[in-house]
Amino acid sequence: MSFNLTFIGQSIAFFFFWWFCAKYVWPLFMNIMEERRQKIADGLEAAARAQKDLELAQAKSTDQLKVAKVEAAGIIDLANKRGSQIVDEAKDQAKEEAKRIIAGAQAEIEQEVNRAKEALRTQVSAIAIAGAEKILEGSIDQAANEDMLNKLASEL
Amino acid sequence: MAELAEAGHAVAEHGAEQTVQEYIQHHLSFLTYGRNPIDGHWGIAHTPEEAAEMGFWAIHVDTLGWSIVLGAAFLLFFRYIGKRATAGTPNGIQNFVESIFEFVEARVSEGFVHKNPYIGPLALTIFVWVLLMNTMDIIPVDWFTGLATLIGEYVFGLEHMSFKIVPTTDVNITMGMSVSIFALILYYSVKMKGLGGFLSELAFHPFGKWMLPFNLIIELPTLFAKPISLGLRLFGNLYAGELLFLLIASMLGLFQLPAHFLWAGFHLLVIPLQAFVFMMLTIVYLNAAHESHDH
Repeated sequence: MSFNLTFIGQSIAFFFFWWFCAKYVWPLFMNIMEERRQKIADGLEAAARAQKDLELAQAKSTDQLKVAKVEAAGIIDLANKRGSQIVDEAKDQAKEEAKRIIAGAQAEIEQEVNRAKEALRTQVSAIAIAGAEKILEGSIDQAANEDMLNKLASEL
Repeated sequence: MAELAEAGHAVAEHGAEQTVQEYIQHHLSFLTYGRNPIDGHWGIAHTPEEAAEMGFWAIHVDTLGWSIVLGAAFLLFFRYIGKRATAGTPNGIQNFVESIFEFVEARVSEGFVHKNPYIGPLALTIFVWVLLMNTMDIIPVDWFTGLATLIGEYVFGLEHMSFKIVPTTDVNITMGMSVSIFALILYYSVKMKGLGGFLSELAFHPFGKWMLPFNLIIELPTLFAKPISLGLRLFGNLYAGELLFLLIASMLGLFQLPAHFLWAGFHLLVIPLQAFVFMMLTIVYLNAAHESHDH
């Protein structure tokens, strides 16, 4: 239990180590702890922000869905209208076409009738001439009677 | 087992030459370097008597050396880990160092309510340093001492060279720290309260100015008891532990092994506890030094 220079030496070592620790060791760990605390705080904040963003996005998507639904309904309405319009137009066209075809057919029938009449008329005049020839037994000048016969034929 | 062999060697073979008393004295002496009081030369003391004659002008190379080696090892290791450490997920060794740091930091923020950025480093230095110095007590008593004695005998020609490896069993070491802390108590008391404030705290507490002598009788011993109790508590605990290891090693012969284990088990509680107590008391004393009783 005797005091000597060891006592002084230990005191010097003590103050030196304290200084070294305060300058070169303690701040390292203090900074790491602070950095980690900051990191955790940032992480929590980011998570909260992400949550908020998610909620916003969900609200936005719901809104967009509503708008889209309304738009889609409009488009379907328009399409239905257009469809019925096309059907109507087609009906009209078909009716006109039918009328045209009927008119064409009637004209053709008329033409056919006229032709038949013409043919009949010619044949009737020939029969009449032949009959008259038979009746008269004589030769009638074909040319002299042509006009008369044509007149007769047109009257038929 | 080497310890067993060493002790057996000391007691059995050299029993005739070295008594139990000599064995213990050998282990309780320091490797002392100092000024010979007769011829004035500096050198290693060859006998405990010579070391004692050196008086103040001597240095315990072994305990102070180990103290500095352990303190430097602790600080360099912590700095190395702190340099490599990241704020991300800490790996094994960083985790270990950080848990010590956080433990000390928590004690400081609990026990020290004032603002002083140097108290944290002080507490960390004291705790880990004292813990390491105490832990040297677990190393079997004859390993280093036996080796050093052999080296001293065959390399330096010193007979029975002593070599203590537990710095905290040297009262110079523990008191060196506690008196340094006492200096800090005085420094911060004067800095925070002013010289007048500090002196009035000693003179006018707890009974007011008319009882000044009584106040001084109470306050001054309280003040000076702080470093003495702080240093002697640590020294006493570790010295007693060391002594018991020596008694076991020198007197129990072959039965020493279980006894060593048993005592080492108990001592494992004392080692961190004393380091912790030393740190806590430092924090508490310095907290009180920062406190000003304005009235």
